[in-house]
Amino acid sequence: MTRRLFWTLGPAALIVLVVWGFLWLDPMAAFRGMTPPVEELTIERTILDETGIHLQVRAGGSEAMTIAQIQVDGAYWRFFQDPAGPIDRLASVRLDIPYPWVLGESHHLVLLTGTGAAFEHTIDVAVPTPTPDAALLQTYALVGVFVGVVPVVLGMLFFPAMRSAGPATTVFVLALTLGLLAFLLVDTMSEALELASEAAAPLAVPELVWLVAVATTGGLFAAGRRNGGALEPMALAGAIALGIGLHNLGEGLAIGSAFASGSAALGSFLVIGFTLHNITEGIGIVAPLTASRPRLLALAGLAALAGLPAVAGLWAGAFAFAPHWGALALAVGAGAILQVIVEVGLLIRRRLADGSVQPMPALAGGMAGVALMYLTALIVPA
Amino acid sequence: MNLLSISRRFLLSRGLIGGGLLGGLAASTSAPASSPALGSICYADGRAVGSQAHDNLHAHGNMTTVGTVDHAANGFDPHDILTDWDTGVLSSDAQGRTVRSFEIVAEDKEIEIAPGIRFPAWTYNGRVPGPTLRATEGDLLRITFRNNGSMPHTMHFHGIHGASMDGVPGAGEIWPGETFVYEFTARPFGCHFYHCHSVPLKRHIHKGLYGAFIVDPDPALHPEAADVARSRLLGTPENAHWQEFLMVMNGFDTNFDDENEVYAVNSIAHAYMHRPIVIERDRPVRVYLINVTEFDPINSFHLHANFFDYYDHGTTLQPTLRTVDTIMQCQAQRGILEFSFAGFEPGRYMFHAHQTEFVELGWMSFFEVRA
Repeated sequence: MTRRLFWTLGPAALIVLVVWGFLWLDPMAAFRGMTPPVEELTIERTILDETGIHLQVRAGGSEAMTIAQIQVDGAYWRFFQDPAGPIDRLASVRLDIPYPWVLGESHHLVLLTGTGAAFEHTIDVAVPTPTPDAALLQTYALVGVFVGVVPVVLGMLFFPAMRSAGPATTVFVLALTLGLLAFLLVDTMSEALELASEAAAPLAVPELVWLVAVATTGGLFAAGRRNGGALEPMALAGAIALGIGLHNLGEGLAIGSAFASGSAALGSFLVIGFTLHNITEGIGIVAPLTASRPRLLALAGLAALAGLPAVAGLWAGAFAFAPHWGALALAVGAGAILQVIVEVGLLIRRRLADGSVQPMPALAGGMAGVALMYLTALIVPA
Repeated sequence: MNLLSISRRFLLSRGLIGGGLLGGLAASTSAPASSPALGSICYADGRAVGSQAHDNLHAHGNMTTVGTVDHAANGFDPHDILTDWDTGVLSSDAQGRTVRSFEIVAEDKEIEIAPGIRFPAWTYNGRVPGPTLRATEGDLLRITFRNNGSMPHTMHFHGIHGASMDGVPGAGEIWPGETFVYEFTARPFGCHFYHCHSVPLKRHIHKGLYGAFIVDPDPALHPEAADVARSRLLGTPENAHWQEFLMVMNGFDTNFDDENEVYAVNSIAHAYMHRPIVIERDRPVRVYLINVTEFDPINSFHLHANFFDYYDHGTTLQPTLRTVDTIMQCQAQRGILEFSFAGFEPGRYMFHAHQTEFVELGWMSFFEVRA
């Protein structure tokens, strides 16, 4: 007992001692003053309104840094910083720049720090940043429903047909779901990593994305199988709906922030493209239920779970959005999708194990799932 | 879907074709609510401001650097540089000729060239531009140059001198800790300058190693225009009637990407915009203007509401250009501007580069004409 205590506290004390000793001896003093401090600025959010341009920026230097001047379109411009003063490492401030921006045009900002380093930021297309009023929330909700809920419900309408089909078709549809999920996994993960690359570098968001995804998979897998056995059909359908829902949250975030930043105009074709793209999701959710008799309310719940997060994503993306939160939300989604991939895969293996179904429909289903997602993705003008 | 990289043109056209359902929503999202509480907003340097600053986005006062430069910490004030002629220590040689001795020290120094922006400069006597050396035509100049910097440096004068006094690598270039004495006769009269000619040349100049070198004409040598010469000669009552200013047009590349982030006259961005140069209305004005701007091929000077006579290089007593309100200078070009606000309405008169790019990055100034 004492021995274990010694070998626990001993190394811990040594760590403290080493850190203290290093700081006390200060062997790095030789380098001090030779180089200017490392400076890093990340613009996390840009808001345009009738009072000018507003930026939310995060500092990531080796020490506190100051924003000394701001150029807009090559002109020094008055600005106000809140809170004022030097910005600590990883702290963020709001910058208000009373600049008369021009609708539909590009603006280039340069933030100069106290050392004269310049950080550039481009507003590709200047449009007023939407502010959350009832009418706009409603419109975004409508878009979210069309992107998320409608396609899932439409896909679910294939359920009666799927039930009346034979075991080979059931395996085909399950494998189709697997292919769909594989596509979504890659899509979600790449989007998470892309958002992560826009976040402040010292936050190490790309690394965090991988860790959060793996942790989510493990956590959901453990939670789903806490009773030891495989998932019940309804539980599996719920898990698939949750994974797809989190993916749709990410899709909503991307659409919302693209509209807010003026990098996309909201066209009907865009929305319809997403609707068609997501119909396969509805088929996937009900695929495990072909042998059971789900109540209508339960099916409605599944559709809501998979589709409504798109509405939340649109709102968040349009009105309040920092890239690191978006990346982490997508990482959770990727992890959830990976968990259902494992579960659906195991289910297919069980169906194939008794020999009543040949592997060919499974292979064809998987390929068809990926192909369907890819082809409908082409409809979305992205 | 990677929506963020959607081609805008494509989407716009799709949005139009798509028409009815949801198209054109983005355009209807204007008229946002008023901005959040402005009372909590401060200048970057901590001064609180009210909401008035936001009232008019187009106010001219918005196009400016924010805050103030600590001139005391810099060790020089752009308003002093306008008029602080360094005439050296006077003595005579065996022939009775006037000898002017100057002491110049090159040193590395961090200076604040716009509010809050520090630039690691190389300087003559701790200031940019360096001291304004002013002599009379025919004086013997003895400039003791000491290098306390971290790089080899020179003083290359735009004037007439022998090869050994040229201040280039191999003739007057000295290493840190060394001293060299440049000696030559002040000629020709005019508005000249000096700069470091060590390599890499561009960096040695844009880091701040330059200064004005003004040679006043000797009236005795120009009987045909003795009055004009006397008005140019520092120390005469005729000259005292003039209001003379030195203006060195320069720029600073703060992030070393071979482009200037800051433009100014006498180094400090917007210095004469935030505190105009006061002019007595009824006395004539003479500006010694020098362009040392690096990276840009030319710089220019434009005076508002008035016209001036221009003496290119200042080497003539007759104007080389009459009645103009804008002149341009390539790097190292310089000249003398003469104008008067006599009889004008008192008030603020702008002067600035007429490359608006430079204006918006710091080269914007005011004369405050007082009756």
